[in-house]
Amino acid sequence: MTEHIVTERTHEIHEHQFEDRLQQKEAATLGMWTFLATEVLFFGGLFVSYTIYRHRWPNDFRQGSLDLKWYMGGVNTAVLLVSSFTMAMAVHAASIGSNRGIIRYLVLTILIGTVFLCIKGCEYYIEYEEHLVPGLNFAEYKPRPREMSTVAREFDKFDDWFNEHVSPPRQKSDQRTPGQELFFLFYFIMTGIHATHMIIGICVMLVLIWMAKREMFSAKWHNPVENFGLYWHFVDIVWVFLFPSLYLLRNP
Amino acid sequence: MEQQFHIFPVRATTHAWQVDLLFFFELTVSALFVALIAGLVIYLSLKYRRKSPDEFPPYTPPNGMVEATYTIVPFLIMMVMFFWGGAVYVRARRPPANAMQINVIGKQWMWKIQHPEGPREINTLHVPVGRPIKLLMTSQDVIHDFGIPAFRIKQDVLPGTYSTEWFEATRVGEYHLFCDQYCGDLHSQMIGRVVVMEPSAYQAWLAGTVPDAPPAVSGARLFQSYGCVACHGQRAPTLAGLYMSQVRLDDGRTVLADEQYLRESIIEPAAKIVAGYGPIMPSFRAQLTEEQIFDLIEYIKSLGSARDNSVPGASAAGPQTRPSERPVNGYRPDLLPDQPPARQPPAYNQNLPEGSVQ
Amino acid sequence: MTAIPLTPDYAAPETYLNSSHSIRSWLLTRDHKRIGILYMISITFMFLIAACGAGLVRINLLTPSGILPEPSMYNKAFSVHGILMVWWFLVPSVPATLGNFLLPLMIGARDLAFPRLNLASWYLFIISAIMILGVVTFGGIDTGWTFYTPYSDAFANTRVTLAVAAIFINGFSSILTGLNFIVSTHTMRAPGMTWFRLPLFVWAMYATSLIFVLATPVLAITLTLLGIERLLGIGIFNPALGGDPVLFQHLFWFYSHPVVYIQILPTFGIASEVVTCFARKRPFGYSMIAFSSLAIAMIGFLVWAHHMFDAGISPYSGLVFSLLSFAVAVPTAIKIFSWTATLYKGSVALETPMLYILGFMGLFTMGGLTGVMLATLGLDMHMHDTYFVVAHFHYVMVGGAVMGYLGGIHYWWPKMTGKLYSEFWGKISAAIIFIGFNLTFFPQYIAGYLGMPRRYHSYPPEFQVYNVLSTAGASILAVGYILPLIYLFWSLKFGPEAGRNPWKATGLEWQTSSPPPPENFEEIPTITRPPYAYDMMAPPAVPAV
Repeated sequence: MTEHIVTERTHEIHEHQFEDRLQQKEAATLGMWTFLATEVLFFGGLFVSYTIYRHRWPNDFRQGSLDLKWYMGGVNTAVLLVSSFTMAMAVHAASIGSNRGIIRYLVLTILIGTVFLCIKGCEYYIEYEEHLVPGLNFAEYKPRPREMSTVAREFDKFDDWFNEHVSPPRQKSDQRTPGQELFFLFYFIMTGIHATHMIIGICVMLVLIWMAKREMFSAKWHNPVENFGLYWHFVDIVWVFLFPSLYLLRNP
Repeated sequence: MEQQFHIFPVRATTHAWQVDLLFFFELTVSALFVALIAGLVIYLSLKYRRKSPDEFPPYTPPNGMVEATYTIVPFLIMMVMFFWGGAVYVRARRPPANAMQINVIGKQWMWKIQHPEGPREINTLHVPVGRPIKLLMTSQDVIHDFGIPAFRIKQDVLPGTYSTEWFEATRVGEYHLFCDQYCGDLHSQMIGRVVVMEPSAYQAWLAGTVPDAPPAVSGARLFQSYGCVACHGQRAPTLAGLYMSQVRLDDGRTVLADEQYLRESIIEPAAKIVAGYGPIMPSFRAQLTEEQIFDLIEYIKSLGSARDNSVPGASAAGPQTRPSERPVNGYRPDLLPDQPPARQPPAYNQNLPEGSVQ
Repeated sequence: MTAIPLTPDYAAPETYLNSSHSIRSWLLTRDHKRIGILYMISITFMFLIAACGAGLVRINLLTPSGILPEPSMYNKAFSVHGILMVWWFLVPSVPATLGNFLLPLMIGARDLAFPRLNLASWYLFIISAIMILGVVTFGGIDTGWTFYTPYSDAFANTRVTLAVAAIFINGFSSILTGLNFIVSTHTMRAPGMTWFRLPLFVWAMYATSLIFVLATPVLAITLTLLGIERLLGIGIFNPALGGDPVLFQHLFWFYSHPVVYIQILPTFGIASEVVTCFARKRPFGYSMIAFSSLAIAMIGFLVWAHHMFDAGISPYSGLVFSLLSFAVAVPTAIKIFSWTATLYKGSVALETPMLYILGFMGLFTMGGLTGVMLATLGLDMHMHDTYFVVAHFHYVMVGGAVMGYLGGIHYWWPKMTGKLYSEFWGKISAAIIFIGFNLTFFPQYIAGYLGMPRRYHSYPPEFQVYNVLSTAGASILAVGYILPLIYLFWSLKFGPEAGRNPWKATGLEWQTSSPPPPENFEEIPTITRPPYAYDMMAPPAVPAV
């Protein structure tokens, strides 16, 4: 595995290229921040393209937002924020050296993250049923009236009530324009890449749990948990931008 | 075409000498800088050549004046180049109002050119000398580029939208036309020639071409056969006097009805709805080719300048002073189907088809 | 420099090369020096393949009707040449070979911050190389390295998806290298090594790494969207399906302009090292050179649409991007003048690395000034997509980056291998490369202004003279490139021992043995002197720390 050096002064273990553990910690933290900067640019390209196309096809994108289930997205937002809280608790547990606390809160975070992914999966399934998946079955897409599964129909009644009583009515066109498919393309790509980042995060958490089980973290050294906390919060922030951009811009 | 060996291209337009003058200026400045650097390097390398393997020269203090000079002087020279280049460019991108418009469609791997008087050409562009010409271009497939080195101009030709370039030829002759944006297998064979002729020769050429309906007349026929006449003038905005007028849209914006707008209205009518009308018009993207769209646009332009149908009182651009190309070959504009005068737009939602949801 | 004879009782010290010999110890190494050597071998291989593409291009252009029987073969040749050269040679060349090898040595560290990530970078590079070689072998790619839509997403019949996937993975390799360099430079400098005592090569690598980290992800997402488009047949950039082809160009060039600064900034760093060493003087304007690297990196992010002046952007954007493009030329000019001024009152020796760097300065100046011409809006309308552009970027990339890279290889060869190469053959090759290069690419300026378009398999006959001259030059250039392969390789076995500091240079890398031990230094030094303190090295020779 890694070559560890124990320095006389502090009896700490650190990798051979570093002078001491503090330098290793600083390097690892800066490394994570730099990596997050690359992720900002990665998602940034998507957001820029989405914004440009939204400007190009305002009506179609608004229509697309109406076709999304904002309440499912809303619940997911709350779920993810809670998972960020449990993540912060895990980092706190690490800072006081409690490996059991780390395990407890990381397990909670994984569970909550999985809930997010399940809700997302349901959403994807409903959208598949409603012929909203470009490349698969979008050819049959029509803005309402359209085919709907029973589950979606129930949700849709709520949505109709909401639109009737809460937001002003919108005008619908029976024609298909390219902007409609583009919206759903961006929806699936953006949420898909976000979900991929979450899955990777869950896998890393499993490794961290394994490390905590072996009592590898202490109040003096718990860097991986802290740095992973940065990553998880970043994934949360991306969702905080995704949700309004995709789901909430639905009024004329 | 000039086939003999050249070091420098011929100049054939009013724009070309501007470009060449700017180029010579930049070439001279560059050559001076290269000579300066090369000369200094050679001179300093020889003058301060190492005399013994253990020679370590003493410390030389920094010189802020020199640093400031070689920062500020290049910056000032760059600014001169920027402003000069910008001026040449802006002039090249603004066609004069009286430019004769010729439509161009690029497709893999040929150029289709449509003169307003009617003749169509493939890979060749005949133009009269001494007359500003504006090219309105689009592509049927991938991005191409209509480049004429002797004119010092080029512009990418994009699918799905129109691009323009203009020139005024000053020299009779034949010049290369190149596709200057890689477009696939036969990109290097998408070439042709631009033939600049004396005005009389140009008229003779026009008269001698195979009689073809001018695009406006073809457009009129399309207007009938595709059913446009059924709506436009009654439940849809009238098209008389529409070209180059200001149009008020349903979301409050006002746009100019140029060729780009007309094309978009045919291909994606739902993108911009005129105020007071519903989104009923179907898209004709799948039914019409680019040539047909050009023809329809020419027809709409020929409908002249009746009272425009935008918000009363809004300024119309007035009748477009297009150069009088009396159509040759006997077609008479007075025989074109007429448009009824502008009427009050119908009430909102009056004519929506059955079953459409509010 | 006398050769040290290897007598039987002379025990060679343990170096990073001889510490272990197994394949496994090389393929699973975490030593930045070995990883640098692995990269050097890999990119040389990719360079040779990309050069074959160039050979096909130049042979084809000998006659106006094109020698290759099918235009599609030519299109694949220039596409492969561009794609391989940009991503599998130029981008990794200096950072991944010399940067990896030297950065820890120059800052006084024992390795980079993340050695395993470094090895992962190399493996990602190899995986991406296998993928792109698969593209080349099975079907080819004919979109050009720019992948413009809608040709690449809806019309090309070649291996576009696999190619963009390969570039995507190559991008990750770049990002991880850049990340490693940034973190190492910030956190692992030796005691006393303040930012303004760093060698200018480190400043250059730092600025390059900023670009790696910030620009490459945008390429990644752009190519991801392009790949998805092709796989699902939907239109993100295809106007027939609602997309905007100009958006692709914006996203593509947002990365691809900074990438050219990735390709040249490290070479600027090499130039600073070589000029100071072979003039034995402190650099004229150290701070200016350091800050200009950062300025080029930052302003370089703001100029991308100067590749799109004729693409349908508005004239107002054109003016803005032209102005910014002129702005980025100023810090570059500052460097050229600073290096020239460094020669003043120096002690100049014209050995092989210095010849390469002086040639680099002249050729890069020419290429850079023609870049200024292209940034001039009125001229670009005429010169865009002609051989003028081709000549411009080859002057800066080949006359600039490649010559600088070769200069760096020759300068640090004794450090990396412990051997000296033949100075005679070094000088001959430098001269042959210089002559061959100019003969290849200067006629292209003339052909370009005359209007000869680029990416043309066949062309009108009046351009033939220039093409024949160019091809003749290319064959000379090829000889010039093959010679170093031979004599550098030969020196590994038969060259004299170099000793610790054959050039008598400052810099921490010259204070350790040649080749360095696996741990870089016996003891991490403490730095007390300013950088490039050549004036303090007057005999008796004292260590530079």
